[in-house]
Amino acid sequence: MTTKARTEYEVVVGVEVHVQLKTRSKMFCACPRDYYNAEPNTHVCPVCLGAPGVLPVINREAVHFTILAGLAMGCEIPAESKFDRKNYPYPDLMKGYQISQYDRPLCVGGALEIEGDDGPKTVRLERIHLEEDTARLLHRDDGAEPYSLIDVNRSGVPLMELVTKPDMRSGHETAAFLRTLRQLLRYLEISDADMEKGSFRFDVNLSLRPRGTQPLGTKVELKNMNSFRSAQRGVEFEVQRQSAILESGGRILLETRGFVDATGETASQRSKEEAHDYRYFPEPDLPPLRIPAEEVAALRERLPELPDAKRARFEREYGLPHDEAALLAETRARAGAFEEAVRAAGDPKRARAVAHWLIGDVARHLNALGADAELADTRVTPAHIGELARLVEERTVTASSAKEVLDAAFESGEMPAAIVEARGLRIVSDAGAIDEVARRVIEANPKAVDDYRGGKESAIKFLVGQVMREMRGRADPNGATEALRSHLEAGR
Amino acid sequence: MALTADEVRYIARLARVALTGDEVERMREQLSNILDHFQALNDVPTDDVPPTAQSLDLANVDRPDQTHPPADREQVLANAPRRENGFLRVRAVLEA
Ligand SMILES: [Zn+2]
Repeated sequence: MTTKARTEYEVVVGVEVHVQLKTRSKMFCACPRDYYNAEPNTHVCPVCLGAPGVLPVINREAVHFTILAGLAMGCEIPAESKFDRKNYPYPDLMKGYQISQYDRPLCVGGALEIEGDDGPKTVRLERIHLEEDTARLLHRDDGAEPYSLIDVNRSGVPLMELVTKPDMRSGHETAAFLRTLRQLLRYLEISDADMEKGSFRFDVNLSLRPRGTQPLGTKVELKNMNSFRSAQRGVEFEVQRQSAILESGGRILLETRGFVDATGETASQRSKEEAHDYRYFPEPDLPPLRIPAEEVAALRERLPELPDAKRARFEREYGLPHDEAALLAETRARAGAFEEAVRAAGDPKRARAVAHWLIGDVARHLNALGADAELADTRVTPAHIGELARLVEERTVTASSAKEVLDAAFESGEMPAAIVEARGLRIVSDAGAIDEVARRVIEANPKAVDDYRGGKESAIKFLVGQVMREMRGRADPNGATEALRSHLEAGR
Repeated sequence: MALTADEVRYIARLARVALTGDEVERMREQLSNILDHFQALNDVPTDDVPPTAQSLDLANVDRPDQTHPPADREQVLANAPRRENGFLRVRAVLEA
């Protein structure tokens, strides 16, 4: 008997990402944009409160930030763009409509390269447009009735919306896209892109189809994911749930589902099932935007070296392996610290050593401070790292003393050379002193000596370690090895 | 251009306005009259006019990214029917 082969399903994923832009003022008024630590309703004015008779005025920097994002992802920047009113009744909209862009977005097309499941992959973009964020609602219940509290500070914050084509094929690829996008936005310094602060928010659209077929299945929209991991888990849960339904001959409902972090599952959000009718129309208060080619060219000049280009240059220029170069290029701050430290080390050949310090012991110190900590948050500067790499290479200190020097530098901020002198960590190369210790170590470790003489070459490593320990890590390891060897050979 | 009663009810729901049966009929007549009135625009020849979202010949009305002091919160909240701890307070609204 043969069993019927299970149909294998492929998930097709697209995402919509909302990014708050890091301007000084809001999108259409001069209220301060950064409301993160502000008391409720203290960053508001008649414009963002939606008072009658006010006139919004476009923040040119927000337009530029959006175009920068578009240029970094190879979008087309149409010569003319406009804003529209998106109408829907909800108390987070002070005017009863949101100023958004309907059919003439600032950026069209484009793509982002990600690490896909089967190697490098291109995720195409549909568009990027600019709109205003809504007020923040807190839902409460005082026992007498449910009610909502409104904080208008967020209303009118510049919000960039990016929509991809359905090009991702797994939860992992979905998370990879979001990570790569966030990295790019931070490189461009146009957004904090901080999920906890709400400046990077996303929804996922997905559907399943039998592998090898073309038509898309019924679309499900996933909301409420607040980490890359939850994006991945949400997609993976939906693949399981929908495959099971399709296997048993059921049908997928067109619906919006919310991800529940505690269970890793998704639940239907029935309230949103009906189709919205936003009745978009051109915003009469905002004349269209014309973006001349010279302006786009000037913005292109503002683009920094982007993560992929930087990583490739680190490999080429400093001879770093791909993974090390990628780690160093992960943030602009880290990449900058690396190159500054290499300059401080005084020789590009020391780049590899500098990289090892940054990826190894320095990263350990930074991780202890928090996930997003950078060297600039500590008392250690790139000059410290460069000097430390130089001291090790010039054999002023041993590698093991250098770790102690680094720890001390994180404590006090003192420069490595000064720490070496103050703590007496200078390498001991004096043959007499090393020889004396080597002799004692050989006497105290007859077993290792026998092993070595019996042909176990590696036993000498243990003995070198003992010499280092006796000399508190300061012995020149080459000198120690030589001294040990001569005693061991002599006593055969 | 006559609207149907269903269209009137749909528009009323989008605006979150509750209408009685009589009101639906009255609105149907009034809204239809308004639409008829604007039909006059369709008689204007526009074959040679490029489409635009703007009737004013303006573009790029924008401002530099500078802040001004925001409004005084007391003044802002003074207009609110209800307030709580510096927030505006409204009755719970369910979406859709
Ligand atoms: Zn304002």
